[in-house]
Amino acid sequence: MKSVFKKELKAYFAGMTGWIVLAFLVLAAGFSSWLYNFYMAYATYETSLTLVVYVLLFVIPILTMRSLSEEKQRRTDQLLFTLPMKVSDIVIAKYFAMVTVFAIPCGVMCLIPLIMCLYGHVMLGVAYSAILAFFLLGCALIAVGMFMSSLTESQIIAAVLTFAVLLLFLLMPTLAGLLPQTALASYIAFTAVVLLLALLLYYLSKNYWASFFLAAILEIPLLILFVTKKEIFEGAFQKVLDWFSVFSRLDSFLGYGLFDLTALVYFISIACAFVFFTVQSVEKKRYA
Amino acid sequence: MIEVKNLTKKYGSHTVVKHLNFTIDEGKIYGFLGPNGAGKSTTMNMITGCLPMTEGEVVIDGHDIFSDPVEAKKCIGYLPEIPPLYPELTPEEYLTFVAEAKGCADPAGAVADAMEKTDITGMKDRLIKNLSKGYKQRVGIAQALLGNPKLIILDEPTVGLDPRQIIEIRGLIRMLGEKHTVILSSHILAEISAVCDHVMIISHGRMVASDTLDNIEKAYNSENVLRVRARGEAKRISAMLRAEKDVADFELDEMRDGTCNIAIHAAPGVTLNETIFRLFADAKCPILTMTDSGLSLEEIFVKLTSDNDAGDDEDEEVGEEGEEEEEEDEAPAPVSAPAPKKPAAPTEESASEALKNEYHFLFSRKDEDEDEDEEEDVTGEEKDDGDDDDDDDDYKPLFSGKGR
Repeated sequence: MKSVFKKELKAYFAGMTGWIVLAFLVLAAGFSSWLYNFYMAYATYETSLTLVVYVLLFVIPILTMRSLSEEKQRRTDQLLFTLPMKVSDIVIAKYFAMVTVFAIPCGVMCLIPLIMCLYGHVMLGVAYSAILAFFLLGCALIAVGMFMSSLTESQIIAAVLTFAVLLLFLLMPTLAGLLPQTALASYIAFTAVVLLLALLLYYLSKNYWASFFLAAILEIPLLILFVTKKEIFEGAFQKVLDWFSVFSRLDSFLGYGLFDLTALVYFISIACAFVFFTVQSVEKKRYA
Repeated sequence: MIEVKNLTKKYGSHTVVKHLNFTIDEGKIYGFLGPNGAGKSTTMNMITGCLPMTEGEVVIDGHDIFSDPVEAKKCIGYLPEIPPLYPELTPEEYLTFVAEAKGCADPAGAVADAMEKTDITGMKDRLIKNLSKGYKQRVGIAQALLGNPKLIILDEPTVGLDPRQIIEIRGLIRMLGEKHTVILSSHILAEISAVCDHVMIISHGRMVASDTLDNIEKAYNSENVLRVRARGEAKRISAMLRAEKDVADFELDEMRDGTCNIAIHAAPGVTLNETIFRLFADAKCPILTMTDSGLSLEEIFVKLTSDNDAGDDEDEEVGEEGEEEEEEDEAPAPVSAPAPKKPAAPTEESASEALKNEYHFLFSRKDEDEDEDEEEDVTGEEKDDGDDDDDDDDYKPLFSGKGR
């Protein structure tokens, strides 16, 4: 596991990827801090992060696109598969290599509040908890990107897919507001999601029965619930969509200076879930 | 060492590997021979755990590759068809990574040793992307050697190398065979016969033969055929041969230059060479050449790898007889042939052309990529061009039972 981690980390800095990620984030953090804290004279460092968050939209796909698709494209996955190692270990090592690359610019960011201290009083606790939340948000998004990379052989497709999903995460609150609020609309939306899930399962497992079974298991209670307790469907889909608006979890840190433990747990859960999905997706390629 | 039971791989409805069964003993060099697309690489990928099997099991040194992959993989060093290299690393960095990942006790020592064996020490500080194909292949082999695995599996290790490198790599493989069990796949017969103790011939996902090369050759050459080229009138020679009681059968081709090509089949248990010599000498027909041969290895290979494609997909129920009949029926008309294949690339050598004509029914039923190799194999040997079509059927039952 350590060896894969070392190799991955080396690969990021032997090529451009690691440097690009580092440069973009440091530049963005510096610029944003100059704009908010030094030019517009906000005394709160976390405010400047609102701008840096948008940079993640571009930087995360660049960071994650090569992680698994490149191995597949070069057939080096055959080497990894014949190593006496579990697939989960390999995936986790790769994940932590990316997290480490991402941690470096976050470490640089930690210096900025200290610089601000030279000119006045800065609430360091709030600033650093915001950076921590920003870092964990990045970790969650890296896991999502790695999962996308495991789905395809092409780095470009992996990057575009990741970008699309991140954009969706970002726009989720707006999109959710646009949807109709009626119970029927919610029911239809849920059914569509169930069908999509079943299709995804079929794509991953190529098993008719499993996907049919999944669709049935999810759809039947949904239907029963819709018939018996229609009122709980009012606006329910919006609530579910809101739950997926990953970026807006950061608001309490950046906007209000609160330490929101639920958000941190949320980011970590997203990260764990997508690392798990990635392991399944890679395993499936061997054992489907 | 390895037990493979009922190994099957299907892609959709297309079966690539069909119910393979074999065991591999310790300390030998095994050759996996078959035309391209025969399922060699697929089989190797399944043995090494890179690819899931549809059915069957692979047990390596007592560890099932599916349920106990980590232990099983400790026994394997694998060089896939495309060497799995990271171009942005140097060979030394790359091999150090592999050595550490395989859990070698002394990575630096193991790497130095592997580089020594594959003779890449001089290249250790260049980037892999700048290495030539031959050196890349060697780095791939070095990677397979790391961790001192009991079993080394090499998928077409000499593809793309120049002749000198091929000889070196063969030497290396022979050396490896002293300490490790080696499985080597190839579609080149010369390579297998130069290196391997035991040959497994795969065709269309089935095992068609598994034995030592000598035994395979013997089994297919039970018939005693003598090829003679002599100067003399065809009529006189055939009358003379007909009168000789030890001659079971013969075919005679009269050439334009007044010579005859004759294939003489001896009666069972008789060696004809001297009899024929005296007979022709007495008749004042000088013998120009006389070779003592049945089928060459190449011919056996061509036969073995094209015999059983009748049951290409799901119709495994077709019995021996059914297949044999089909073979003769199909001779004039290429039934499932890809259109441009029949005229086949024009070759200069008339001998190979003749051989191709002779086996046209085999070529016409080939899959696309196989065809090229088959031709390669055929052009490789030019010594005999007058074989007889009708003993096809005799060869088949000897070995075909194994893979079904």
